[in-house]
Amino acid sequence: MLRRSLLRSAALALVAGAIGLGPAQAADVIKIGAVAPKTGPLAAGAAITHWPNVKLWVTQVNARGGLKLKSGRAMIKLIEYDDRTNPGETIKAVQRLATQDKVDFIIAPYATGLNLAVAPIFARYGYPQLTATSITDKIPALTKRYPNIFFTLGSTTAFAGAVADILKKMRAEGKIGNRVAMVNVADAFGIELANAARPIFKKAGFKIVYDKSYPLGTQDLSPVVKGAKAAKPDAFVAWSYPPDTFGLTAQAKIVGLNVKAFYTAVATAFPAYRGKFGKSVEGVLGAGGINPDTPAMKAYIAEHKKVTGKAPDSWASPVVYATLQILEQAIEAVGTKDRKAVTAYIKANTFQTVIGPITFKNQNNEKFWTVGQWQGGKFYGVNSTGRPGAKPVMVKSGW
Amino acid sequence: MRSADGALVIDIIVIGFLLGGAYALMALGLQLQYGVARIMNLANGEMLVAGGFGAFWFYTALKVSPFLSILLTVPLAFVANWAIYRVLLLPLVRRAKSRGRLEVDSILATFGFAFILVGLMLALFGGKYFNYAYLEEPFTILDRRFGLNKLAAFMGSAVLCAGLAYWLTRTRTGLSLRAVAVNPTTAGLVGINVARASALAFAVGGAVTVAGGALLSMFLTLDASTGVLFTMKALVIVIMGGVGEIRGAIVAAFILGFAETAVASLIDPGLTLAAAYLLFLLVLLFRPQGLFGRRSS
Repeated sequence: MLRRSLLRSAALALVAGAIGLGPAQAADVIKIGAVAPKTGPLAAGAAITHWPNVKLWVTQVNARGGLKLKSGRAMIKLIEYDDRTNPGETIKAVQRLATQDKVDFIIAPYATGLNLAVAPIFARYGYPQLTATSITDKIPALTKRYPNIFFTLGSTTAFAGAVADILKKMRAEGKIGNRVAMVNVADAFGIELANAARPIFKKAGFKIVYDKSYPLGTQDLSPVVKGAKAAKPDAFVAWSYPPDTFGLTAQAKIVGLNVKAFYTAVATAFPAYRGKFGKSVEGVLGAGGINPDTPAMKAYIAEHKKVTGKAPDSWASPVVYATLQILEQAIEAVGTKDRKAVTAYIKANTFQTVIGPITFKNQNNEKFWTVGQWQGGKFYGVNSTGRPGAKPVMVKSGW
Repeated sequence: MRSADGALVIDIIVIGFLLGGAYALMALGLQLQYGVARIMNLANGEMLVAGGFGAFWFYTALKVSPFLSILLTVPLAFVANWAIYRVLLLPLVRRAKSRGRLEVDSILATFGFAFILVGLMLALFGGKYFNYAYLEEPFTILDRRFGLNKLAAFMGSAVLCAGLAYWLTRTRTGLSLRAVAVNPTTAGLVGINVARASALAFAVGGAVTVAGGALLSMFLTLDASTGVLFTMKALVIVIMGGVGEIRGAIVAAFILGFAETAVASLIDPGLTLAAAYLLFLLVLLFRPQGLFGRRSS
């Protein structure tokens, strides 16, 4: 059954390829490259946040007849590579896209490390690199060194600071006390955020009563959660990756870590998080957030479900889509495949995207969501650096 | 202070037991495959993840509990692993002139096979994270709360361990498997069908791994690419325990479980991996044949 349908689609693809049959006959083609993990440690994250948006965007653009260039409509031909979550492979794939496939544009890869690895190559070949899943404090240095790189998701310090802001607000309202338990995954992301958060929390007058890291891929997080609980914290903050976000939450629920503010970082915004924990997610804080009630966001979520069969996450998914919207608007405004002109256009203009208007200041988008919270089944942004529509933060009351 | 210490001791004992049981689930299958069939199966972790995916699918699509779905997936895994052995690995066994040669060949073959399995799972299930909430509620021992799903997995693990130990030590088939584990050549001389015994051990090993994956999926978040983590853990446990000794793997699994929990609770959760590999290193240095292994002949 499966084999037959596989065979059939393979045969169809061959025939379609041989006679040059696209979804609709178009005079021109614009070749777009995409490289990101389909296997390896970051594959699951990319399968939720990155690839579905690439598919959604290409499907939408081609359904309306392609990109509008001065020479007429150009259908997108997408060339995809799997980098196996290996920076060496990402570099090779980008090189191949640039020199052998000779693509017109390349969609920025997935995650901070893989994007930084290929920044020199994007710069060398003059491709605009609109990153959507990179968080780093080195944005000023990187944008100075690479004239083609753009950042949209925010900086490490902003994310750590935003959590401290939320906790400060809750403390000022008398909802929580001074004691914070903080844990992090012992990986670049978790270590960087914990290092950024430590002085910020201390400066804000919080007492870090538990401060531990755990190795990536730890199978049993119960000692971590029990240790945190024993320290009697008012707030629990975890700079965590998806598998441990799930593990820590499950343990907190089982052990009864009933803090008034519970924060886990990556994957809290995933639909699967609510899928697994159901009503218990109410009040959980996490990285990111969106304003799910704007018409643009509602339309995006509906389209995402229709085209990819699943809901987007409530943090970086719409940001990935926004970068593709920016690329589209810039190419159509310039009207050619001239990468230099497109890059210049991106630097100089404001773009209407699913997360609101984006303007790059020194190649950096300074307005992004930082903290979200599950409220009534939706992951609302409760803190941002200048995006309107933040909801007031609520106290978590048990699981 | 006293009661706090007491609580910590209970925590370490219970969590250590539960984790040890989970580690045994990861390693038992490989122990059989490597110990008897002499196949160092690097696709062990992928097989485990496949078992977890099976349980996930049955639970989310049909609301069938992981314990019930095991009854269906395990026979399937047995047949599939039997076929893998006959088709993919038997040619390697036949042409291997020495045990070392077979180990190298089987490592290379199963390493490649692991990629095929990852690809298959990606094609069938997609690349996202898989987990579900089954028995995700607390049970209480002396006022301390632990996960019920972990206890359930531990029970499953205990049943599997006991069953395998009984089968290997008390039955005629088990006896012949152990004979092959000690020396395939002499086992053949006394009338044991070595090829058949090896295929059986490999197939049972694969089935046990799939059952382990299903039990572990009750509380672990899996994705198509996580298999290698489990392969690594299983390798450490099998080598620590001693090749071909099911008791060795079980004891090693529990030693690791307790050591990691104690280090995480008393010193720092960041040092669990370091503690595990330190133990591994000590065993390699002072008892290279493993805790229960015989000196190689």
